[in-house]
Amino acid sequence: MAQLIPLDSFGVTERDVEGALGRVKVRNVDYADLYFESCVSESVSMEESLVKRATKSISQGVGVRATAGEKTGFAYSDELTKRDLELAADTARYIAHSPGGTEPVPVPVRSRPTRDLYPVSHSQLEVATAERVALLNRIDEEARRYDPRIKNVMASFNTEYKIVMVATSEGTLIGDVQPLSRLQVTCIAEEHGNRQIGSFGGGGRIGFEFYRERDRYLDYAKEAARIAILNLSSDDAQAGVMPVVLGGGWPGILLHEAIGHGLEADFNRKKTSAFSNLIGKRVASEVCTIVDDGTLPGRRGSLNMDDEGTPTSRTTLIEKGILRGYITDRLNAHLMGIPVTGNGRRESYQSIVLPRMTNTFMLAGQSDPDEIIRSVDKGLYAVSFGGGQVDITNGKFVFSASEAYLIEGGKITRPVKGATLIGSGPDILTKVSMVGHDLKLDEGIGTCGKEGQSVPVGVGLPTIRIDHITVGGTQAA
Amino acid sequence: MHQQNPDRAIQPANGHLAQLAADVLAMAKKDGATEADVVVADGENLSVQVRLGAVDRLTKAREKRLGLRVFVGKRSATTSTSDFSSESLRRLVSETCTLARAVVEDSMSGLPEPEQLAQEQPDLDIYDDTKVDAERQIELAKRAESAAMATDERIANSEGADFDSSWGRVVLGNSHGFVGEYRSSSYSLAVSPVAVDPASGAMQRDAWYDVQRKFIKLETPEAIGIEAAKRTVRRLGARKIATKRVPVIFDRETAGSLLGNLCSAASGYGLYKGASYLAGQLGQQVAPDWITVVDDGRMIGGLGSRPFDGEGLPTRRNTIVDKGMLASYLLDTYSGKKLGLPSTGNASRSVGESPSVGPTNFYLVPGTTPAEDIIRSVKDGLYVTELIGFGINMVTGDYSRGAGGFWIENGQLAYPVEEITIAGNLKRMFMDIESVGSDLVFRGRIASPTLKIAEMMVAGS
Repeated sequence: MAQLIPLDSFGVTERDVEGALGRVKVRNVDYADLYFESCVSESVSMEESLVKRATKSISQGVGVRATAGEKTGFAYSDELTKRDLELAADTARYIAHSPGGTEPVPVPVRSRPTRDLYPVSHSQLEVATAERVALLNRIDEEARRYDPRIKNVMASFNTEYKIVMVATSEGTLIGDVQPLSRLQVTCIAEEHGNRQIGSFGGGGRIGFEFYRERDRYLDYAKEAARIAILNLSSDDAQAGVMPVVLGGGWPGILLHEAIGHGLEADFNRKKTSAFSNLIGKRVASEVCTIVDDGTLPGRRGSLNMDDEGTPTSRTTLIEKGILRGYITDRLNAHLMGIPVTGNGRRESYQSIVLPRMTNTFMLAGQSDPDEIIRSVDKGLYAVSFGGGQVDITNGKFVFSASEAYLIEGGKITRPVKGATLIGSGPDILTKVSMVGHDLKLDEGIGTCGKEGQSVPVGVGLPTIRIDHITVGGTQAA
Repeated sequence: MHQQNPDRAIQPANGHLAQLAADVLAMAKKDGATEADVVVADGENLSVQVRLGAVDRLTKAREKRLGLRVFVGKRSATTSTSDFSSESLRRLVSETCTLARAVVEDSMSGLPEPEQLAQEQPDLDIYDDTKVDAERQIELAKRAESAAMATDERIANSEGADFDSSWGRVVLGNSHGFVGEYRSSSYSLAVSPVAVDPASGAMQRDAWYDVQRKFIKLETPEAIGIEAAKRTVRRLGARKIATKRVPVIFDRETAGSLLGNLCSAASGYGLYKGASYLAGQLGQQVAPDWITVVDDGRMIGGLGSRPFDGEGLPTRRNTIVDKGMLASYLLDTYSGKKLGLPSTGNASRSVGESPSVGPTNFYLVPGTTPAEDIIRSVKDGLYVTELIGFGINMVTGDYSRGAGGFWIENGQLAYPVEEITIAGNLKRMFMDIESVGSDLVFRGRIASPTLKIAEMMVAGS
């Protein structure tokens, strides 16, 4: 079981909480909650072989919310006094237009999440700065040793230790401790005036020892260096429609952009998603089954509970090509009359809860990855990507390859750079003809942005073949 | 247009930020810091979202934050907190000094020289104390959304309309004795309608907005709503086009995004790391000789204006591209030292971070050609109104992004296009600018008139 969080970590009493909930839960308010958060984040970074930056930030505050029908009233404060709670409560309930007539709320009963997906103590995260400095210095040496053409190495190590507590008008009082860390390495290679970049990294809700297991941190350094060197000899991508093979792991960003966002309940309740009204319909080929799963131990996108205190779960989004379900928070699930999936997330106490993804991936299929590549006469093999973006309403998504190769005659031949893939969400997965048996989750570096809020997420994918997709590039095919 | 209520000025959450900064600096000195600076920011925000005529969301907030940077000799660390209790601040100061001792010496680190710091702090007219209460914000948002819905019957749905007002105050103090303070405000109204194609049922969404330092300068809700509806409806029936190399016109919104790319490339931190395609290009031709790009921190009422930068240096007007030549980078003290150049007054400071570099009001000086004439000059080409994705490699300038817009046939916008990509290289694209529109409007810190690029690769079907 996860830890039981004492309320006095936030300097408030159960009476304060009960008082504020009672104040906000006026007659027309359907539901109210308080979200307390305290977060310490730290970062050390290196460039030019010097670990010269260190930062630490401490934040603490409370978000108070009331919902009435489709309306949400929200206020937050970085002061946690009784008076600040009351002021926030008065603002939040404003939307219900019933100034008086509060209703009694049940006395909150303290509980804790029933599982602990990330049993990391603060001490496992809070290693001496000197150890972090040593780690970054070794990364610099390793990357430079990989190839003398590596001219600069930048690396940063970030940790976050967040304690949250949710108190609801339904009598729940539940907290969680959410550690998170990430190690990122970027290399710049240079040869005859040609400069190229390569990045690699990983992380999760894990302790510092994770990075030292089997010298993982040195692998990050070598990978970043390898990609930068590879790009020195890459050709510009050819533009046009072609078959594309996506490698396992991070290319699962395809699912996140093309499918995931379009299945978030808020857009579907408002019927502004390209996936609105497609439940039960075919949106992918038979070989595609896609889930969102917040319950994987230690993963960057995992949570014991979401930011409304609901346990996270595994939600089947697409089953053998048929659209099965949406990703929900409380408000949207309630308004739509569908299950709460534990996907109500927020960046911090300063932001409102939205339905968000956790770890989104496609289940393994039957095909041999080598056979998938052999099946392509002329196309693209993309193994790593930068960011992606989607227009929820028309379904068009884009994502850009950071490591890709040409496939010619069933064989991987030359590396190419600058390939951007663009397609349409409800359509693209119908063109997936082969799914590998090699499901891989990403290394733990993903951050998803929505309405200005960033939350950590994971993605995963086996090797897949997309029969045709538009590839952007500078060269004529 | 709107009424003002000057007697209902917002009272900042805390009174004596400058004193707080001075106290923290004194504590830092006691703990062994040889130099330090402190940023304190506080603010208030009220925002509403209405959707389909009803209130969807109301958010109100007050926040404050203090950031501290200390130097112990040539070692430095930066911290921040939202807890202003003296016990917590004392602990923060001590931790910051300890953290600084744990990193290595950096010979280039340090505060700017005392004589560089801003001597006077002009009023740039960036603050408005007009309080727009929730009812009024809701009313304005509703008017904007209903104007959009009424414009065209194909506007069948909406992502809503948002009104947001924010007031903030920033105090910066350092161990050289500098203390600066300014207030700023912003008011914005945005509408995001959804149009449905009656034939196919396909949906398109677009948006329009205005943002101003002064409430009274904000566009009318009706004008914003109507523009949002027009932009949305015109996307209906979009198709893909065949892959080909053609002239590409960026409307002023997407041209602004290109200017943003140029701004990043000209910013000090990427340059000294060798992570920008403009590294080593100072004094070189980067655009045709009739192109000028300016960053002006003192523009009256500008969304990027401020009297001093994130290190206390006076902001100023810098010509970045002068008659096509890269005339200046954007620098703070540190990145300047790394490149052997003085700061350009472009230090930007988010409270918890050490300074970085950012634009103030960064724009391409407009020409005299109306945008319609630029479109008329193209026989077969693309007019870009939307860009998505992150396919930009700042190290090489390689550019490959998703796009939407209109196909131009014989000088006319013929039909909307989508699900296409455009690709080129930023270095080449700026050299290949063929025309600059007369239509510069600031709707953010970075702005551009319409731009025509001679040729880019467009990928479609």
